[in-house]
Amino acid sequence: MIDIDAIDRQILRSLAQDASQNASILGRQLGLSQPATWRRIKRLTETGVLSGQRVAVDAAALGFGVTVFLGIKLATKGRVSLEDFERAVASIPEVQVVQHVLGLYDYRLRVVARGIGDFERILRRRIMTLPGAGQVEANVLLTQERGLGPL
Amino acid sequence: MQIDDSDRRLLRHYLAEPGQSVVLLAERAAMTQATIWRRLERLRQMGVISRPEAVIDWRLLGYEVEVSLRFSLDKTDPRAFDDFIAAARLVPEVIAIETFLGRVDVRLNVIARDMAQYQHIYRHAILTLPHIADIESLMLISTVKNKEGLPL
Repeated sequence: MIDIDAIDRQILRSLAQDASQNASILGRQLGLSQPATWRRIKRLTETGVLSGQRVAVDAAALGFGVTVFLGIKLATKGRVSLEDFERAVASIPEVQVVQHVLGLYDYRLRVVARGIGDFERILRRRIMTLPGAGQVEANVLLTQERGLGPL
Repeated sequence: MQIDDSDRRLLRHYLAEPGQSVVLLAERAAMTQATIWRRLERLRQMGVISRPEAVIDWRLLGYEVEVSLRFSLDKTDPRAFDDFIAAARLVPEVIAIETFLGRVDVRLNVIARDMAQYQHIYRHAILTLPHIADIESLMLISTVKNKEGLPL
């Protein structure tokens, strides 16, 4: 586990809202010198705490009108290799997120499609044909938002 | 304002890895850095993309548990969604809120340091949220793929 102090927390909070801020802008906000801020950002990046960047996209404006979350149960547990299933599902371009979960379903997928017709095509031709795919539940995404988390 | 083929090409490469350097992006999208700045800024102003946000690896900060909580709400109350979401926003451990059309109404992503802390959050901050009719939980074991890029 990586230890962080109150100033690191403020840096994470600020970058989680706008990652385009550089060390001098951040330092000024926090009353810290540019080099000191830069060293902290460098440590948070090198340790992996800052693991990348994310951009919220208006998928509909780009022609992807539908985002669906699928819960998938594997039909033949034990007989299908999880690796085979994961490799096959992760290679589908419309599948953005694949999570292995414990509970009502075995996997959670986030799928983007141009519309309901396109989604039906992806579901029938790509998802239902996956090795071991059993029961599938679909929920259409309406809105999403993110919290900053416990910082 | 229109989104043209060059915008799509740029976004395909940019969204695949938003944290990449502009130098690398310029090479991948075969555009000059100046063109990339101008086009991304325009797409931001149009509201097609947001400013980049840093992604935090909570596991490295000691948050070992992540649970996806799926809620059905009591929709007899017209304010059910608004009340529920407003209250969920106040829980610091809730890192994502999504609403759906389907069997699930709302999904929350909740993180905790360990099961004991999760149990505490669940009892005191989640079960007390308004208008809950039913809850199901999925515990995250691993993330196999997480690429929010689009197949443009």
